[in-house]
Amino acid sequence: MKLFEYKAKELMKRHGIPVPRGVVVSAPEQITGLSAPAMVKAQVLTGGRGKAGGIRPADTVEAARAVSSEVLGMEIRGYSVKEVLLEDRLNVAKEIYLGATVDRSRKSILFMASPDGGVDIESVPEDRILMVSVDPLIGYQAYVGRRIASFVGLEGEQAAQCAAICGRLYELTKEEDAELAEINPLVVTKDGQVIAGDGKVTIDSDSLFRHDDLAQLKEDLTPLEEKARALDIAFVQLDGNIGVIANGAGLTMATLDSINTFGGKAGVFLDLGGTDDPEKVKQAMLLMTEAEPKVILVNIFGGITKCDTVAAGLLEAMEERGIGSPIVARIKGVNEEHAREMLRNAGMKPASGLSEAAQLASQESLG
Amino acid sequence: MSVIVDKDTKVVVQGITGYQGTYHSKAMMDFGTSVVAGVTPGKGGQEVHGVPVFDTVSEAVAQTGANTSCVFVPAPFTMSAVLEAVDADVATVVTVTEHVPVHDAIRFVAVAKAHGVTLIGPNCPGLGAPGTAKVGILPNKIFKQGDVGVVSRSGTLTYEIVNAMSEAGIGQSTCVGIGGDRIPGTGFIEVLKRFQEDPDTKRIVLVGEIGGTAEEEASEFIKGEVTKPVVAYIAGRTAPPGKRMGHAGAIIARGRGTADSKIGALEASGARVARLPTDVPGLLAE
Repeated sequence: MKLFEYKAKELMKRHGIPVPRGVVVSAPEQITGLSAPAMVKAQVLTGGRGKAGGIRPADTVEAARAVSSEVLGMEIRGYSVKEVLLEDRLNVAKEIYLGATVDRSRKSILFMASPDGGVDIESVPEDRILMVSVDPLIGYQAYVGRRIASFVGLEGEQAAQCAAICGRLYELTKEEDAELAEINPLVVTKDGQVIAGDGKVTIDSDSLFRHDDLAQLKEDLTPLEEKARALDIAFVQLDGNIGVIANGAGLTMATLDSINTFGGKAGVFLDLGGTDDPEKVKQAMLLMTEAEPKVILVNIFGGITKCDTVAAGLLEAMEERGIGSPIVARIKGVNEEHAREMLRNAGMKPASGLSEAAQLASQESLG
Repeated sequence: MSVIVDKDTKVVVQGITGYQGTYHSKAMMDFGTSVVAGVTPGKGGQEVHGVPVFDTVSEAVAQTGANTSCVFVPAPFTMSAVLEAVDADVATVVTVTEHVPVHDAIRFVAVAKAHGVTLIGPNCPGLGAPGTAKVGILPNKIFKQGDVGVVSRSGTLTYEIVNAMSEAGIGQSTCVGIGGDRIPGTGFIEVLKRFQEDPDTKRIVLVGEIGGTAEEEASEFIKGEVTKPVVAYIAGRTAPPGKRMGHAGAIIARGRGTADSKIGALEASGARVARLPTDVPGLLAE
């Protein structure tokens, strides 16, 4: 779950990382207690805010109000700006990149640092980036911060501040269950302060059971994606016209790949996951019909999920709401005979294999 | 022969009194697995399918000689359950539970490795060796005894492919589902190494998916160390970048983890890559 900049900075502040004084508003009238000069920053969960005109300076409080009213309501890469963060403007002497992330290959927390901050880290040459992974059994030690501070070219008091920030960023990453905690730029001001100019934090959604404060935050989802979230269903809207329901991420992706081979294109990726509850299957079907696909392809390989459970949920959904789209169903695994009989009795023609089902659904979607 | 499990595998099921634990203990026993104990704190003294339940893993190990744990406990308690199994000196831990926090996984994966424990998962279907033992939740009906070793990051997609192989008359030595999470206890390379050493495994099937670089790293290993023929399939060829496809691991982020990169690396290693999951048996037969 990606956090807005102001929320990320709130966490940083809580963990002892210096951030500029700021206020978040959704309307210019709400601006109080601000001192100029300030920066006005659009709060959207996408990169490229600066280039899109979503980050602007304001020399007076009056100007800050005027700029805020322009930025609020802007569209940045498809996201509309609902809030702006107004902050004290920093006197920048130097910009550093500092990030901590979960590294799949090394199975640990990885620090990345560069003296070339303030730009997209992807565009920085490799020899200008330091990577330090923290052995999970050793944990963070002060030398990690010292290595980083030295690599980014800091000395004396600034090196000490930077090293301390590294330790606090590690703490934040572990304690808040962050997948990514990034400060870009980490600013050294002309009066020698090291302070977070920007903040990006992504929280592991599997950890929300132990973060009540974060669990309440709203994510930027489409209305259907939000409903799916509540049902614990993985639901992704794509640009084709076949609605794919399967169980398991790998199988659902393989089903998408298979229809693609026969010229079809998926409009919805719906991973039912493991369930033994017909009600969940029914809700998933109803959700799918709301996305109005031309054809629905159901591909289930039952293990934890029983085939007849899926068939029952499918039929209940059809009974409750006449489903307009034709359905191609391929159901295999535990209790498959019973499931196929249920579907046949309801007048459906179950497909026997994955390729056959993919071909049928694709033909139907193109015709 | 088989890998990771053998005739001496004795399983303790952590979370045996829960719905999934009870159901799959029975299925494992039906497969022929020796399930010797269960653990649920506070339920010691009970029985499930005639299997004694203990309060702690160390009691279960001491009383029954269990050497392999299968973990079904809910995600918030998974780290503690895995650490308990490692501390009780079992040789192998199979963690089925999904939605385990990634920082918990980083910790218990490191601890298991330091203790020399083979950890499969989290978020995995486990492994099955037809005629020997199954630890996990793979459906019993899909297997057929044979000489192909299967290693996969997926769950149901593994069932699909193994089932298609069995229907085509191609059997398996061992099928290992390493799980789709970002921090798996055991990766492709460790399993490939075991298949290469196993005299009863003659051919290998590798099932990967988008996200991460595990398939690219496996390709390097195949190129240098694996002499047995490898057939691969990669799911997610048509998945759009930036969208998380179902679980934590499956995402193309910052241009990395694409199907094209993985398919290219595997082909360069000498593996044959199937276009569709149903094409795997055909490529094995060639």
